[in-house]
Amino acid sequence: MQQRRLSRRDFLQTTGAASLAALLSGCFGVGGQSGGSSNSQSIVVWDISNGNDQKLIQDITARFNQTHSSIHAIVQFFQNDPYKQKLQVAMGAHQPPDIFFGWGGGILKSYIDAGDVYDLTPDLNADPAWRDRFLPSSLGAATFNNHIYGIPNDGVQPVVFLYNKDIFAKYKLSLPQTWGDLLNLVKTVKQQGLQPIALGGASKWTYLMYEMYLVDRLGGPQVFDAIMANQPNAWSNPAIIKANTMIQDLVAAGAFGSGFASVSYDTGQASALLYTGKAAMHLMGTWDFGTITNDDPAFIQQGKLGWFPFPAVEGGVGDPSNLTGVPCNYYSVAKTSKAIQACVTYLKDAVLNDEAVDRRIALGEIPPVKGIENKLSNAPHSDWLLFVYRLVQKAAHFQLAWDQALPPQPAQALLTNLDQLFLRQISPQQFSTNMNQTIGT
Amino acid sequence: MSMSVTARIAPTRRGPASWPALLWTAPALCFYALFALFPLLVALYLSFTNWNGIAQAAWVGPANWLHFFSDPLTLHAVGLTIEMMILTWVLQTPLSLLLGVFMAGQQRYRAVLSVFYFLPLLFSTVAIGITWVSILDPNFGLINVTLRAVGLSSWARGWLGDPSLAFYVVAIVIAWQFIPFHSLLYMTGARQIPRELYDVAELDGAGRLRKFFSITLPQLKYTIITSSIFMLTGSLTYFDLIWVMTGGGPGYATRILPLHMYITAFVNEQVGYGSVIALVLAASGIALSLLLLRVTGFLRMSSQLEGL
Repeated sequence: MQQRRLSRRDFLQTTGAASLAALLSGCFGVGGQSGGSSNSQSIVVWDISNGNDQKLIQDITARFNQTHSSIHAIVQFFQNDPYKQKLQVAMGAHQPPDIFFGWGGGILKSYIDAGDVYDLTPDLNADPAWRDRFLPSSLGAATFNNHIYGIPNDGVQPVVFLYNKDIFAKYKLSLPQTWGDLLNLVKTVKQQGLQPIALGGASKWTYLMYEMYLVDRLGGPQVFDAIMANQPNAWSNPAIIKANTMIQDLVAAGAFGSGFASVSYDTGQASALLYTGKAAMHLMGTWDFGTITNDDPAFIQQGKLGWFPFPAVEGGVGDPSNLTGVPCNYYSVAKTSKAIQACVTYLKDAVLNDEAVDRRIALGEIPPVKGIENKLSNAPHSDWLLFVYRLVQKAAHFQLAWDQALPPQPAQALLTNLDQLFLRQISPQQFSTNMNQTIGT
Repeated sequence: MSMSVTARIAPTRRGPASWPALLWTAPALCFYALFALFPLLVALYLSFTNWNGIAQAAWVGPANWLHFFSDPLTLHAVGLTIEMMILTWVLQTPLSLLLGVFMAGQQRYRAVLSVFYFLPLLFSTVAIGITWVSILDPNFGLINVTLRAVGLSSWARGWLGDPSLAFYVVAIVIAWQFIPFHSLLYMTGARQIPRELYDVAELDGAGRLRKFFSITLPQLKYTIITSSIFMLTGSLTYFDLIWVMTGGGPGYATRILPLHMYITAFVNEQVGYGSVIALVLAASGIALSLLLLRVTGFLRMSSQLEGL
């Protein structure tokens, strides 16, 4: 463990040095070029993609540089964890790259509050075709006070229910439309001696999916907005108490079996419960499709995997079309950039352009771009891709995972308190009391 | 003669002749200062600040220290750590002692068996953690699958997910990892015991048990102290295995102080408060070793072999 931390720090230092060198050479490069015949502007992009995604971005950028003689874009790639720190340091020193990769939510908000992020709203409004290219719900995590600070750059990954079609067929079960339907389903499946819903509780963030959906269905997005706005006692909202009571009822009904707190999602055991037929359903992000494809390709090929959206909750004021999960990742432009218009041109012409959309679909990703049903329906597993795409298309609101949206300490407290809530060690009221203490810290 | 000896030694104690000695210890001293003293002082400074590890550290005076003694989470972690110390000692000492004494003997297959006992000592902690997590998995793990296969389904548990069990399960895995090390200590200790003592005891008609309690155990006194110091101070640094197996959960059930320090400083990004916990841990470790050495008379190192 210690060794890993050390090597990570080393990595950080080496990448830091490397990128510094790259930046310096970039500066000199620009100087040299502007002294020459061409007056091209150099922009630096930070990204964390790897594998096929990285190749895609390199190709798209190379093509962009060919077709835009006045702009030279350089993309630098980093690993996920060191990148978070590196970006934080660069932002703290007010020396960010021209364009930086981000997750939206609380982290982006802190940079915006520090005055470091360029407001893209005027540019988007000046070019309605560009603005209207994206599915509206996908811009939510980068929109603050109706100003947009980031452009989607990859695929959407909402959280949905996956189910085992064999089990549903065998016991003649129908898909639940409401929470009440789901509770009945849980009862029926349990009577057959199966685990109704797989839950990888050891990974903790898996609990959050129930919390986010139930709170949203019961009280709408404004419940969490109040928490993000640091309103005192925002965690005591009746919607949260009600949601947590429903969660404990679900646990008491045996929906997750008895050992859920020691099942890990990260090592694949939770997904395995579904495809080995030990559990009937699994609430998970759409990335789990890829996990199952890797771990049990036959399960997907034989069409045994089914899916449905999180059901509506009776009496809730939230829009049942709302989604939670990973709305998208974003590119944002730094206010300190000396070539802001060149950055906007790069975002407009290179990021999620037609070629990028096609290639991402081929990789099984779903870009949040309007009017790509035809492309999706020609891709492998089109029924799955179209299901997810239409969910996002219809969604009135797409909530970024709370642990990403919150600062680190409250996020960690939230996960641990959820752990205790699911284990029924604390009551919904205690949960609210504990979490209220993290507000404004 | 003796005069000249002291005369020759005395100047080396304070005179210029001590320079070479200082010079020779300099690399080690520098190393110690750079990697032990300096970080300790930095941690002391940080403990009076609020710092997220990146932005400017803000001086907050003794606030973090006061928080340490009133924070229910931290006090819970302190309690768990003490519980872990006791449990570690109670689980590991008798087993290591017996295994060590057994391995010091001359039985057949002793060498082969010893190799098996030592194996856990050779594995990386993270590998041990991941392996045990799979073995303990409630649905696919070896233990529950075996229990179900032999008709003991009612004994199957979510071993690491049950807040009342997880702590003990983790303590057992820690014991599994460290018993070989302590057995090794006891084995070498037991080998040092002169054969004559046993021969004499046999002449006096002492049996196996009598020999163990009257010769082996007293002769191993200092080994027991050494091993106990390792165990007790080790409990103050247990981190990697628990982090991999439970991350401190479920809830806070296995969040002992070293883990709490890591989560506070590096996950919650409260480096100032984390430094307080780290300093408390370091101070308790030192205090505990000193206390044990004093109470047990280890420092006097009186011989156990008088008359031989």
